[in-house]
Amino acid sequence: MNLLDPQGPVAAANSTILVDSVFIMLAIVVPTIFAILAFAFWFRASNPKAKFQPDFVYSGRVEMVVWAIPALTVILLGGVAWIGSHQLDPAAPVPGTGSPVRIQAVSLDWKWLFIYPDQRIATVNTLTVPAGAELNFQLTSSSVMNTFFIPQLGSMIYTMNGMVTKLNLRADNEGKLQGLSAHFSGDGFPDMMFDVNVISPLAFPDWVASTAKSDAVLNEESYKKLMQQGVEKGRPIYRLDDPRLFDLIATQHIPPGPGPELVSDAGRPHSGGHDAR
Amino acid sequence: MPAVRTVEAMMLGKLDWSAIPFDQPIPLIAGAVVLVGILGVLIWVVVKGHLPYLWHEWITSVDHKRIGVMYILLASVMLLRGGSDAIMMRIQQAVAFQSQGYLPPEHYNQIFSAHGTIMIFFVAMPFVIGLMNLIVPLQLGVRDVAFPTLNSVGFWLTATGALLVNLSLVIGEFARTGWLAFPPLSELSYSPGVGVDYYAWSLQISGIGTLVAGINLVTTVLKLRTKGMNYLRMPMFCWTTLASNLLIVAAFPILTATLAMLLLDRYLGFHFFTNEAGGNVMMFMNLIWAWGHPEVYILVLPAFGIFSEVVSTFSGKALFGYRSMVLATMAICVISFMVWLHHFFTMGAGPDVNAIFGIASMIIAIPTGVKIYNWLFTMYGGRIRFETPMLWSIGFMVTFIIGGLTGVLVAVPPADFMLHNSMFLVAHFHNVIIGGVLFGAFAGFEYWFPKAFGFRLDDRWGKLAFWFTFLGFYVTFVPLYVVGMLGMTRRMQHYDVAAWRPWMLVAAAGMAVLTIGVICQIMQLVVSIRNREALRDRTGDPWDGRSLEWATSSPPPVFNFAFNPDVRGEDAYWDMKARAQQQSLEHGGPEYQDIEMPRNSPTGFVCAFFATIMGFALIWHIWWMVILGGIGAFATFVVFAWRDHDEYVIPAEEVAAIDRVNLEERRSLVSMAGAV
Repeated sequence: MNLLDPQGPVAAANSTILVDSVFIMLAIVVPTIFAILAFAFWFRASNPKAKFQPDFVYSGRVEMVVWAIPALTVILLGGVAWIGSHQLDPAAPVPGTGSPVRIQAVSLDWKWLFIYPDQRIATVNTLTVPAGAELNFQLTSSSVMNTFFIPQLGSMIYTMNGMVTKLNLRADNEGKLQGLSAHFSGDGFPDMMFDVNVISPLAFPDWVASTAKSDAVLNEESYKKLMQQGVEKGRPIYRLDDPRLFDLIATQHIPPGPGPELVSDAGRPHSGGHDAR
Repeated sequence: MPAVRTVEAMMLGKLDWSAIPFDQPIPLIAGAVVLVGILGVLIWVVVKGHLPYLWHEWITSVDHKRIGVMYILLASVMLLRGGSDAIMMRIQQAVAFQSQGYLPPEHYNQIFSAHGTIMIFFVAMPFVIGLMNLIVPLQLGVRDVAFPTLNSVGFWLTATGALLVNLSLVIGEFARTGWLAFPPLSELSYSPGVGVDYYAWSLQISGIGTLVAGINLVTTVLKLRTKGMNYLRMPMFCWTTLASNLLIVAAFPILTATLAMLLLDRYLGFHFFTNEAGGNVMMFMNLIWAWGHPEVYILVLPAFGIFSEVVSTFSGKALFGYRSMVLATMAICVISFMVWLHHFFTMGAGPDVNAIFGIASMIIAIPTGVKIYNWLFTMYGGRIRFETPMLWSIGFMVTFIIGGLTGVLVAVPPADFMLHNSMFLVAHFHNVIIGGVLFGAFAGFEYWFPKAFGFRLDDRWGKLAFWFTFLGFYVTFVPLYVVGMLGMTRRMQHYDVAAWRPWMLVAAAGMAVLTIGVICQIMQLVVSIRNREALRDRTGDPWDGRSLEWATSSPPPVFNFAFNPDVRGEDAYWDMKARAQQQSLEHGGPEYQDIEMPRNSPTGFVCAFFATIMGFALIWHIWWMVILGGIGAFATFVVFAWRDHDEYVIPAEEVAAIDRVNLEERRSLVSMAGAV
């Protein structure tokens, strides 16, 4: 999950900007730290060679320089930020080979549901994508906020109930990656890590076909079962009944997921916590 | 029997025996230890007959110095609580690799929420407000703050908030939502327990206390300066106090309003931030950070002021580029209100919005960088004495630059898309809050302790505390930067990623080093109190200081100055010493006059007593008690408003007697400084 080992163009661009920004700043930060230590050491009271200049309390030239150094740095970095924000806008297209794959991600308490509306399949806690193709994500949440993040593919984004966020990514190399939720969402939050299988574009149709043979069907009814609070240790796969399921969730035609079931009225530390695991 | 249950519900609201976590040994034992501690202290106080002294000299005191000391005491005790939370979290993340660790999620989640809430609201805030209370009136050369009784109310309401947070340890639970309680997780449907209510009501009550303190200090700086103390002669700490408190006055009402909306959702079925009925979580994010970002500068600006005083004093020079520093301070004050959106670049706002807020956030780095360079040039050509406060300051400069670097980094939206909410971010804000605010608070503590208590702190233990804390900080938080780069996000109760494990073990070891630092700090206090006669400061000026707080005795008399000082330039006291012309020193027998001082008042304590009852009752839905507490607090205010006498007179002879003792001690020192 190393951010400096990107597996797609978005992550590569993100981490380039990250590293470049660090080096731009280090160019000033390192000499400054060195100067602090050097001045402190040289002008120690016990050093007879250091010249005591109690009246050196203002210098227009020094002031000009000390305002200019951080200002110039910020102008440079501001440019990086402006250009970077536009080029790497999460909703900006990421051209790839072959036709783009549409994926609709829903954060549930506490698992990830990935719907492939065009392939009419859905998976939980595994995301399988073809290498090299543009991945168009639409994201929402069944209940509380979460953040969808695959560190080695780049750019994270919030999932919020009743709203749809957009993110475009591309995975360049076949292999296994990991994703997670980067926004705390309750007791099962640490179990929201998911597998990302990047497979060859040739193998992708086969995987779709085998998934579509699943006995389990995802429809409103089974979705409502899935959105109950709890941790999913397995990796269920579904045949998608209605390709509009995501829209029904995002527009709240399917009401938000329920919270914990109340044991009693009192605010017991366990109310909700224990039945989750 | 339903009838019995109805009566019970009326009398006790949601409260019943299940609120006490009998099945969870850790909070129960911790709570029991604290309770025994408090009871022990109370019994000791009563048996030894200290109660009248405590009541008259401290609890009802409206003396800004006493209130300042009580603020700092509260912050120190809460630092131990928040620190214990930190230790538990570091241990949990060190052991919870491919296992559940020793803390179940419902407990771990409370701990990190309480850690953040306590460290910001009940450690950092009271520590800096305490130092401002203690020192600012002295630096301005005045006898008290603008509203002494209100000052006491502010402190006691803050204490109420702290009490309620700690009460949640044994009665009920604390929030399990993180320290900002983001909805919809914090809404009733996803957090049905009392945790979020504890959180929100504690902050509402202590928030009023903070607002009151802010109004008080702004008024004090603007209206109560001594003769000749115009704005551009104020010490830097007074400037940063002004900036910080202007931010409090502007920002804290936003917090109060935001939490009020959340409480309306939870208590009366409103839909400000719910998923249903048109509620909008994005509004909460915007509002809470519109307070939350200025809050960062509310904390760090006073720390900048402390470092300015310390670096200048121990370099034996006036602050370099004073006017530039004033400009930088006020620039930070204004810009800090325009950057809140950088806390949620990942929400999906457009690239223009993200870029503009990113650049605005970077712009704050300009005045901050200027400050660093001005401290640097204050040292240039100085004669630097490496006393403990100066060590903290140099440690701060080095550490804070690194925190600034990572801060500007996460202000670049594309970089933030990778680092948002990660352990890298956790490392960043600890880097600036520990390296900035906490180091500043410790520097101020070491620097002004002799002023408050009349003796210096032990040097050896102080330096040990610095080195352990400094090293411990790096050993703890550099690994967090690394795991952030390895994709680890914050608030994970357990994890399965092998690459993170070694770093979490190193961080836990770092926590142990930090703990040794804290122990050294406690030892320093103990040793210093034991050796206080040897460490006594008789002159009132132990560090060869430059501003007016050093012109009076240590500890200062209740009236601070027998005569209102006459200020003729920057570094007022240095000026006086250099010219050896302090009026009272030249003439043998100055004309002392009667001094009027504000009377003690139990208003603050009584008000907070009722506020505590009301807060507790609101949390547990005990409505009769809410009404009782509300009426009590209001009645206290009415009684105070209708008071007849609020001042008493200290006769001239008494002023003379107190002042002459210190004058004798000071004469030799001033003639020496005058000779330089």
